[in-house]
Amino acid sequence: MVDTVANAQLTPGVTQPWAELGLKADEYSRIREILGRRPTSSELAMYSVMWSEHCSYKSSKVHLAKFGALSRETPRGPLLAGIGEQAGVVGIGGDWAVTFKIESHNHPSYVEPYQGAATGVGGIVRDILAMGARPIAVMDPLRFGPLDAPDTARVLPGIVAGVGGYGNCLGLPNIGGEVWFDPTYYGNPLVNALCIGVMKKQDLHLAFASGTGNQVILYGAATGGDGIGGASILASETFEADGPVKRPSVQVGDPFMEKLLIECTLELFAAGIITGIQDLGAAGLSCATSELASAGDGGMRVNLDVVPLRDPSLAPEEILMSESQERMMAVVEPGNVERFMEICAKWDVLATVVGEVTEGDRLIISWHDEVIVDVDPKTVAHDGPVYQRPLARPDWMDALYADPAEALPRDNSPEALAATIVKLVGSPNLCDKSWITDQYDRYVRGNSVLAQPEDSGMIRIDEETGLGVALATDANGRYAYLNPYLGAQLALSEAYRNVAVAGAEPVAITDCLNFGSPEDPDIMWQFSEAILGLVDGCQTLGTPVTGGNVSFYNQTGGTNILPTPVVGVLGVIDNVEDRTPMGFAAAGDQIYLLGATLPEFGGSAWADIVHHHLGGMPPMPNLEAERALATTMVAAAKAHLLTSAHDLSEGGLSQGLVEACLRRNVGASVRLPEGDPTVELFSESPARAIVSLSADHVAAFSALCADNGVPLIRLGQVTVTPELEIRDLATLSLDALRATWQAPIRVAMAH
Amino acid sequence: MSVRIGVVTFPGSLDDHDALRAVTLSGATPVPLWHLAHDLEGVDAVVLPGGFSYGDYLRCGAIARFSPIMSEIIDAANKGMPVLGICNGFQVLCEAHLLPGAMIRNEGRTFVCTDQRLRVETNDTVWSCDFERGQQITIALKNQEGNYQASPETLKMLEDSNRVVFRYLGNPNGSANDIAGITNERGNVVGLMPHPEHNVESLTAPSLDGRPFFSSVQRYLSALVG
Repeated sequence: MVDTVANAQLTPGVTQPWAELGLKADEYSRIREILGRRPTSSELAMYSVMWSEHCSYKSSKVHLAKFGALSRETPRGPLLAGIGEQAGVVGIGGDWAVTFKIESHNHPSYVEPYQGAATGVGGIVRDILAMGARPIAVMDPLRFGPLDAPDTARVLPGIVAGVGGYGNCLGLPNIGGEVWFDPTYYGNPLVNALCIGVMKKQDLHLAFASGTGNQVILYGAATGGDGIGGASILASETFEADGPVKRPSVQVGDPFMEKLLIECTLELFAAGIITGIQDLGAAGLSCATSELASAGDGGMRVNLDVVPLRDPSLAPEEILMSESQERMMAVVEPGNVERFMEICAKWDVLATVVGEVTEGDRLIISWHDEVIVDVDPKTVAHDGPVYQRPLARPDWMDALYADPAEALPRDNSPEALAATIVKLVGSPNLCDKSWITDQYDRYVRGNSVLAQPEDSGMIRIDEETGLGVALATDANGRYAYLNPYLGAQLALSEAYRNVAVAGAEPVAITDCLNFGSPEDPDIMWQFSEAILGLVDGCQTLGTPVTGGNVSFYNQTGGTNILPTPVVGVLGVIDNVEDRTPMGFAAAGDQIYLLGATLPEFGGSAWADIVHHHLGGMPPMPNLEAERALATTMVAAAKAHLLTSAHDLSEGGLSQGLVEACLRRNVGASVRLPEGDPTVELFSESPARAIVSLSADHVAAFSALCADNGVPLIRLGQVTVTPELEIRDLATLSLDALRATWQAPIRVAMAH
Repeated sequence: MSVRIGVVTFPGSLDDHDALRAVTLSGATPVPLWHLAHDLEGVDAVVLPGGFSYGDYLRCGAIARFSPIMSEIIDAANKGMPVLGICNGFQVLCEAHLLPGAMIRNEGRTFVCTDQRLRVETNDTVWSCDFERGQQITIALKNQEGNYQASPETLKMLEDSNRVVFRYLGNPNGSANDIAGITNERGNVVGLMPHPEHNVESLTAPSLDGRPFFSSVQRYLSALVG
């Protein structure tokens, strides 16, 4: 029989499986205290899932609060929505606003790579949709164990097929991301998914349920037994213990349903009949009902037994916790329900009135006329535990710092330098990623101005004016391991730079903070340092944090992943016709290096590939220099001074030159600046870029750099010969470089 | 009066807006057509766009083929109206038996998105008459099930009757005879896997080789009226 509120009052002594549901003893006591009785099993299901790390941010909250101290001002005006909403919203010019957010789907993607990755894309797309925006592009930063490890051959193709299979079927271009390999991600791949959407400013919708009598409508897919996780424990406690084995805990996605949900929801928005809306993601109905109700000005009553089910054997606890995909919940005035249903019918989308907004402040859920949940929704959605987890700088950091990469031997013979250039080009982290990205549709919607392997993805928003946005995501876990504060700033710097070199003005960021166990003080220290780094960095760069996601417990056995604070930067470009692509294009163009190069090898690709070394300090971020470089690049793009611009990061100038040549198969002849050639070629000092431009524009561009205090060094010129010539050092054929660059992933995945 | 070109939206169509944009840029009048409609709204030609109509459940294009608008399109095509099927639209045309053969999964088993080189094999169709025979063009290709197959007799018939319109240069998916696109006997119905609607703007594509598809049909229709 179902565990009702009345029953809970009569049976205070019943033993409940709170520990199995992941609650701590004091958390369970707190729930009893809030309710003044024991929770029903349905209430216990809701609290346990909403108070989980994933939903409540209980370990990260006190640190994330620091983002709130940042100004909400972007270079294009104040944020229209920020942290706490389903996604941040930024005005970009005219009536246009964009919303963007990044989230993780790491653990499900290891268990079931295809579905885990696919539903990661699906979830972030619904977050964007719930803001009232049309999703227009996605990006996927991915991290795997070693490329040649056996399980990578299972995990990588599955995840890539999942990202592609879902995004391609939604008709969303995939315009960028990252692919990284490191042993710490073996057994714990990272699948982060970013989505961007566009809307008119006046169409912004925030999630809340208000207006007594308004109807609560659940629409989209029917609810099934996927992703119910711990709820099975409750069901088996409450129901027959020897019932059917419950279904897998990884959700299964249906992109066709999501495509219909997108078009249907946008038509509902356009009809002006949505009062409040929320997508169903983690914690399913528990989350949607408690968050919608607590954000509104009244209570909510829900009849759980009318929820359409794919599996009629589901218990109410399971229905509340189910993470079945492709579902949304809307609050609609009674007079608009008929029109709502018509639009859903047009798109073959199932819609059911499951409840209504009530007076008072209670969320009451019934099951066949019996009350099974009677709670203050705020206690479920917002009053979860907050932990001040212990944190301490790990002792092992001292040993790292005592072992600087700058002290490693450097072989400056031309032969060794040439061999290292080629070795870097053919290393997993720097090689061609097209085996992966060619499985993603980058063309659909017809607005992709730049896509991978360009430094950032760029999307045209307004076909009349050419107004557009650029996005880049970056993180270097090796840097962040050496120093999480600086590592987070370097991730921010690089994404910021990647947007700027394309000619877009960076305006705001989102972040996906992937870390190990928060119960380990070392990891909490890394996490808190990374946040401080981002807060300080964003302050200097003038880019607010609009929202994001935290993923903890990324560990395999005793090994935590490299701290991986992925930063996504949004840039705005007034006219996408002005964009600067990354590849050399015109023979005779002059090639210049922008920025200062210092001997900085900590965490670098050179230290990794040549010396298998990880120690010392990462390169020192220089945010003022990044800002100056960005200002220069945006102005240069607007004035059409440059043929190409390419950010320098992992692999330094060496890798940057190779990539700029290979992009359009155009050669270059350069001479390294004076100094140690290993430093000039492989240092990873930030705030640098290489550009090519016609000789006619050199004077104007030099003046622009001088105005902004950006150092400028001539390297050489673009040639007609398909070779990269580094004078007095090496001449490398582009065909050979391309073959080396293309091989690693293709060879590893050939089977 | 400008030529009116309809673009059908099925549930799961993805490149319908791209096709409408390409029609607009070509100077014709775009007319969105809904899959449940029983009326072609007087259009002069129809594009069946790319995507995953009805989720590609059962087989790619198999359900879309039975939608109400397809009965109208099949009738009109049999009377000579120009119809272009792109990617999923090509699959729908095969399922509707307006074109022979079928698409199976790519040989490499993965989704492939690439700038594909093609050779124009015939300009004797309403959708390719603005190309030169033998012309090499680049068109975006993106699909998971683009591997064209037909019986040996059908392939021979297509070759003998000059009905292979586009052939891959560097076969990306295992298609028989490198076939990228074919036409019907009359030359008014063309289906191809690559996406010409993505190659109409220099800002978003490496070539503008999609434009002649839309100019071809307008030249043909104008000549018909003239």
